[in-house]
Amino acid sequence: MSPSRPLIGLAALALIGAILALDLARTGAPDL
Amino acid sequence: MFLRRATVLVLILGLTGFAFLMAGPRAGLLVMVGLGFGLVLEGLRFGFAGPWRMIVTDRDGRGLLAQLIAIGMVAAVALPLLGANPAELAGAHAPVGFAMVLGAFVFGLAMQLVMGCGSGTLVNAGSGNLVGLLALAGFIGGSFAGTLHLGWWTGLGSLPVVSMQGIAGTNGGLVLTLAGLALVGAVTIARAAPGKRMPPVRLWIAAALVAALALANLVIAGQPWGIVYGLGLWGAKLAQAGGADLAQTAFWAADGNAARLSASILTDVTSLTNIGLLVGAFAVMRWRADPGAPAQALTAVSYAGVLLAALVLGYSARLAFGCNVGAFFSGISTGSLHGWVWLVAAFAGSTLGIRLRPVLLRPTTGRGAYA
Repeated sequence: MSPSRPLIGLAALALIGAILALDLARTGAPDL
Repeated sequence: MFLRRATVLVLILGLTGFAFLMAGPRAGLLVMVGLGFGLVLEGLRFGFAGPWRMIVTDRDGRGLLAQLIAIGMVAAVALPLLGANPAELAGAHAPVGFAMVLGAFVFGLAMQLVMGCGSGTLVNAGSGNLVGLLALAGFIGGSFAGTLHLGWWTGLGSLPVVSMQGIAGTNGGLVLTLAGLALVGAVTIARAAPGKRMPPVRLWIAAALVAALALANLVIAGQPWGIVYGLGLWGAKLAQAGGADLAQTAFWAADGNAARLSASILTDVTSLTNIGLLVGAFAVMRWRADPGAPAQALTAVSYAGVLLAALVLGYSARLAFGCNVGAFFSGISTGSLHGWVWLVAAFAGSTLGIRLRPVLLRPTTGRGAYA
């Protein structure tokens, strides 16, 4: 049985969020 | 249902506001463009890989014709814009070469195995398809790996960059581009079965919206819609976080790429639209009363095969100077010859990929192939 669509969609958001958070921790926020 | 939809609206507004506040108005606008792409591609079921399969397997040309219509709409505005504003706007122009043709062929093949191109992978992952999620991870790794070897591959030989407007001027280039699209459209109609030739209203609306968003991308970012660069950058960021010294690589040591690598993802054009696209597709899936049944579960070997095919997909996209979006859609609509060569090579690969698909994608139940 495959996981539900909402669960997989949330996992995709979590993947993007993790990459973004890791990047912001390393580079800091952009200079506005 | 109200709470779920309210959460979706908060997610969309929150992401847009976050980009505006963190990286300025251009970043916020590009996230909005990406969200628009996600809403249209998932909401109106406008895609690239699926229609390429349908014209071969079902003689259904409606989706492919919608793609050509959207490209023509963009070209009609983008080519004059590029001609009038050469200092501020750039087309998706790349050289035709051995690696580019091979990359496009392999990309077309792998695209059918993972059920999506670059944009399709983001849409599939965001809308809750496990194959799409695996493909996204593989695509990120593959497109980064492709940057490490790009110099070697392009060293195998390539022609100078050729554009339609370079051959015949802005107006002549537009005529050549529209004539080429009309020719491919005529071949599609001739191949399609009766009743499967004219796109339905849904696809006409989708084509117009995709074209409008692509033009907004060009005006806001100064460059056409793309996917692959952002995914490769994410892979590079992860490799760097893992201790890799990318300053020793030719691609990431180049000025522009080194600047992107040291700056926030929120300053990278394609990263912003990619994030928006995935979130937009997620929003559509969550907005629906019924998100749909999960895709058929595959065997463990099939999932491993999907991951491997996605690595190849990302790698080949880098060699081919783009995917269906960056090379086919944006390349042709901004006059690049490589977009046309990409189309021929990728379609040939796609046709082979369609035949291999039942071999790779095996469901855990029953004896059939993956739908």
